[in-house]
Amino acid sequence: MRNSKRIAPLAAVSVLALALAACGGSGGGSGGSGGGDAASNLTDRGPITYVQGKDNSNVVRPQLDKWNAAHPDEKVTFKEQSDNADQQHDDLVQNFQAKNASYDVASVDVIWTAEFAAKSWLQPLKDKMAVDTSKMLPATVKTGTYKDTLYAVPQASDGGLLYYRKDLVPTPPKTWDEMMGMCSIAKAKGIGCYAGQFAKYEGLTVNVSEAINTAGGTVVDKDGKPTVNTDQAKAGLNNLVQAYKDGNIPKEAITFQEEQGRQAFEAGNLLFMRNWPYVYNLAKTDGSSTVKDTFGVAPLPGKDGPGASSLGGHNMAISAYSKHKATALDFVNFMTSEASGKFYATQGSLAPVMASLYADPELVKQLPYLPVLKTSIENAVPRPVTPFYPAVTKAIQDNAYAAIKGEKPVDQALSDMQSAISSANS
Amino acid sequence: MSIGAEPTTTHRTKGPKPAKPDKQGKETNGVGQDRRAKTQGKWATLLIAPTLILLAIVILYPVINAIVMSLQHDQGLDPVTGTFVAGGFAGISNYIGWLFQQCASPSGGTQACSPGSVGSQFWSATYTTFFFTVITVVLETILGFWMAVIMARAFRGRSALRAAVLVPWAIPTAVTAKLWFFIFAFEGIANKLFGTAILWTGSAGPARAAIIIADVWKTTPFMALLILAGLQMIPADVYEAAKVDGASAWQRFTQITLPLVKPALMVAILFRVLDALRMYDLPAIMTGGANDTTTLSLLVVAQIRNGFNSAAALSTITFLIIFIVAFIFIRFLGANAVESAAGGKGKGK
Repeated sequence: MRNSKRIAPLAAVSVLALALAACGGSGGGSGGSGGGDAASNLTDRGPITYVQGKDNSNVVRPQLDKWNAAHPDEKVTFKEQSDNADQQHDDLVQNFQAKNASYDVASVDVIWTAEFAAKSWLQPLKDKMAVDTSKMLPATVKTGTYKDTLYAVPQASDGGLLYYRKDLVPTPPKTWDEMMGMCSIAKAKGIGCYAGQFAKYEGLTVNVSEAINTAGGTVVDKDGKPTVNTDQAKAGLNNLVQAYKDGNIPKEAITFQEEQGRQAFEAGNLLFMRNWPYVYNLAKTDGSSTVKDTFGVAPLPGKDGPGASSLGGHNMAISAYSKHKATALDFVNFMTSEASGKFYATQGSLAPVMASLYADPELVKQLPYLPVLKTSIENAVPRPVTPFYPAVTKAIQDNAYAAIKGEKPVDQALSDMQSAISSANS
Repeated sequence: MSIGAEPTTTHRTKGPKPAKPDKQGKETNGVGQDRRAKTQGKWATLLIAPTLILLAIVILYPVINAIVMSLQHDQGLDPVTGTFVAGGFAGISNYIGWLFQQCASPSGGTQACSPGSVGSQFWSATYTTFFFTVITVVLETILGFWMAVIMARAFRGRSALRAAVLVPWAIPTAVTAKLWFFIFAFEGIANKLFGTAILWTGSAGPARAAIIIADVWKTTPFMALLILAGLQMIPADVYEAAKVDGASAWQRFTQITLPLVKPALMVAILFRVLDALRMYDLPAIMTGGANDTTTLSLLVVAQIRNGFNSAAALSTITFLIIFIVAFIFIRFLGANAVESAAGGKGKGK
């Protein structure tokens, strides 16, 4: 008993201290200027490391084998991270913070690019390091751009699609209002009309940004300042709020992430669903799918034309601390080439960045949604490009969630959002 | 041998303690004892040193580092270059920011944090954390006790039951959280089983209930096991004596089991309280902190992504809160444990 009494506080303290150590360790040095690093080692060649999250569809290793066979003196080693996006982010932060030279090339989620660039961790891709992005879809290039400088090259993209039941709705709706008008069909069938990702997580930011951008608004301007207190933004968010209130978005959709929405759609419980392209093959082949032959895809409905999708996907960036940047640049060009994009699409169903691939007959045969996806990405607006993304996305999620649930008027939600974002910026 | 004899004598005779053994014991066997004690002291220092150094490295350094960090401003953005620059000395403004929920305002000063910022959630997260702690620990104690009493009995299949009870505890919390996340999905098992259409993760009440259910399911075995260990320390003859004296089952429970198991029970509760105050995995995975389920740990992690220095301040505050709770608990528990031991002796017939 005496011992356990002594041990208890000690154990408590040590556990807490370890927790503190976790953030203490990663926060040691403050950013400082990376100017010197960004200018050095530009022409050096040698072995490098490529860092990416878990390679679920086994596309990276075959690519690396190809590269390594052709470049025996500039071999690339693959450092595979976990498959959790937050963990990938934190791992990159820790290694960049420590100026780790062995993280030469990293796969960076589109929403992290601005943050990493602002921390001076990424090599600006200009002058000697310039990359030709003219053949890529412009919206994807924007995700790798911060303050008019390219910091990361788009490698794989992703855009939202409208999945619809073509047995119930022969022609998909072009606009939001048209879609809401079709909800009577769903009501008559006793199924839900429309669902996206409305649980409070990153997916909600995607859906709310889409609603706001589609209505002609923006979340932040070019300098990262919030712009959600506009009539357009209000109209956008109001579309979602009103649809939820009317029951056009079923009540349970407030708990939906991608997977719950997909399951509801496959079970035949939804007329329309906003989701990513990965659902297409699953809904076609899943044993439990009841809509295998009765669903179609269309661009997201907009105000008077296609809606403005948010973008997913990953960009490739070169660390400012890399010792072999010439090799790194060649490797990035190799990995983002048209041939690589095609391999990624056929092998891993990853949406290409090169515009030409969307018309490739072979690819379209395998991934029939590609032409629709192209429209989606062409009209896409990247999620807010800001170094304060974590705070911005939280401001959007918390306030939009309250508004959709009807706990807060739309005006109030948007002004809170505005003020939370501007506070994060300062 | 003399050492072995020493404690019993001092223990028995309270009054005439050998007040100054150095002077008194020079002629008798106290000399050898003294020397041995001295060398023992040296040895002890030597043997403990590695542990102390290790603890200093893994505990003291990070704690101090975190406190130092928490006195700096978060990095700010240089509006011209668009790159981050160091924030500079902040004093205790980070702490004040958390406690009074003040955030930076665009004009340069501070303002009340807007809804949707991490800073606006400090007190609600503190409340949520304590809410979860109190409810889960109370439920786990009651259920754990009940399970322990059953497991302590001798019956066929007892070892199988003990192994089965441990299963939830053996599963990693993140896996548990994911399982319950699926169970509490709208089309999940919970709703199918009861024929309900509850949005478990869609509003505060059900979301909290879901997390409490998952936590109780997972950690009750831990309680049960610690209490079971306590139960097995109670000698059987005490019960026999009570039976001979004609005590009823209820009397045996309240007069013998409860007081004798109390020390073990208190340690179990303390461990659980400390654990529950750090709750992270379950809400993180099941709700993502939505609908008033954000605990302090969730808030710290959310803040780490926004700025390390404020996060360090928040961790330090969290650390202090938990430390104070632990401290109060240990004082309270220590007093009680002594009291119950003495009281038990007094009452024993």
